Amino acid sequence: MTLGFYPGCSLKGSSREYAESVLAVAKAFDITIEEIKDWNCCGATAAHNMNRELSFALPARILSLAEKQGLTEVVVPCAACYSRLTVTQYELAKDKELKDRISEVNGMEYKGSVTILNIIQMLDKYITPKLEGKVVKPFDHKVACYYGCLLVRPHEILKFDREEDPQSMDEVMLKAGATPIDWAFKTECCGAGLSISRTPSVGKLSGMIVGDAKDRGAEAIIVACPMCHSNLDMRRKEINKYLGEKVDIPVLYITQALGLAVGLDRKELGLNRHFVKVTV
Amino acid sequence: MSSDNHHSALTELGAELLEQSDVKVTRCYQCGKCTAGCPLAGEMDYPPSLVMRMLQTGRPELEEKVLRSFTIWVCLTCEMCFARCPMSIDIPKMMDQLRQKSLLEKKTNRKAKEIIAFHKSFLDSIRYTGRLYEIGLLADYKTRTLKILDDMDLALPMMKRGKLGIFPEMIKDRSGMASIFRKTNKKHKD
Repeated sequence: MTLGFYPGCSLKGSSREYAESVLAVAKAFDITIEEIKDWNCCGATAAHNMNRELSFALPARILSLAEKQGLTEVVVPCAACYSRLTVTQYELAKDKELKDRISEVNGMEYKGSVTILNIIQMLDKYITPKLEGKVVKPFDHKVACYYGCLLVRPHEILKFDREEDPQSMDEVMLKAGATPIDWAFKTECCGAGLSISRTPSVGKLSGMIVGDAKDRGAEAIIVACPMCHSNLDMRRKEINKYLGEKVDIPVLYITQALGLAVGLDRKELGLNRHFVKVTV
Repeated sequence: MSSDNHHSALTELGAELLEQSDVKVTRCYQCGKCTAGCPLAGEMDYPPSLVMRMLQTGRPELEEKVLRSFTIWVCLTCEMCFARCPMSIDIPKMMDQLRQKSLLEKKTNRKAKEIIAFHKSFLDSIRYTGRLYEIGLLADYKTRTLKILDDMDLALPMMKRGKLGIFPEMIKDRSGMASIFRKTNKKHKD
């Protein structure tokens, strides 16, 4: 089967191992991934902070391109892109005037017919049901599943999992042979887009997340968002400074952990690209 | 009729927030859950529940303080306040609107200089290439803020790990992208 794919900018750059692991897992389960042609950035935090109309125009262009390409379902692994695309679809469906205005700005027809899947929805629909018998190397570790913000909030729009103590990632990891732990920072913010402009704040917020995972005995933190990954992995120096100790718990994308469980190659999953060495 | 009366009690800003963000400031009953759950309330000049209260009073000098606050820029849009608000008040959406009004009226808080510079560098990168060019973003941000040495220790290890592309990813339809930016421009240049 063929599934549309919106990688987004991070997956082509600082988080390319997320793309690598998504593609490797899809291939292992015979899913053909078709990238949206000539896609643009979703605008991320910058656009919705600075310019409302632009923040809808950019995601709408992406969705229009997907429609034109005949894609009915698109997987969006980055939680931030997933949020922007889904919010845009929701707002344009609600407000015809806005939808017409955005179509005019983009010079493209927008129908709003594409089904957007986040990475967990994609796994749940196409991969975890076929997991039994495929797990050759169970991911036999205590894991802290970290959802962050944009995968589950706002529920009114995303309608995915629950906002407090979500379970969907924990269930996937359980099937991959892991032991998900109960912990307090599943949906706390890592500091997201302030990583460069207010690094110490991010060191603190991400530090509390890594600190709680460590205190509760996690051997790995599992994520589904490139911003969460960048902050928890690449900002480990600032995190350790905040915690006052060296914590070396690795941070894996859920597709990397799942890939390991089904016996995929570590390099193919991009595990060599992390700052905090992946020892699990 | 009572809701109409409430509506007429709103100030110009209050009415704008209702119209564009569907946020009726008078609905807040000051339970404080937004502030309790806000990860950066401690770094704000006014925590979210106080912003709501300031807007409720309808006093022009307090509305002005909100537009000039650091709060609206340091807000991460993590959506925790909205998730926990018993009145389902979409505070993050309201924050977006307040930020944009603050920009348009040139009332941005001085402490938010770096945050705003980052957003501008980010959007410029998309305007010209259609996608985020991470090295370009950093170079542009450093030029705007003169924070030349920050994060230099990240660049080399990132390159070694293949995490920083040397060249930008350019989309084909760059004129279309430029046109989107032109048509949505709200005349706040710098």
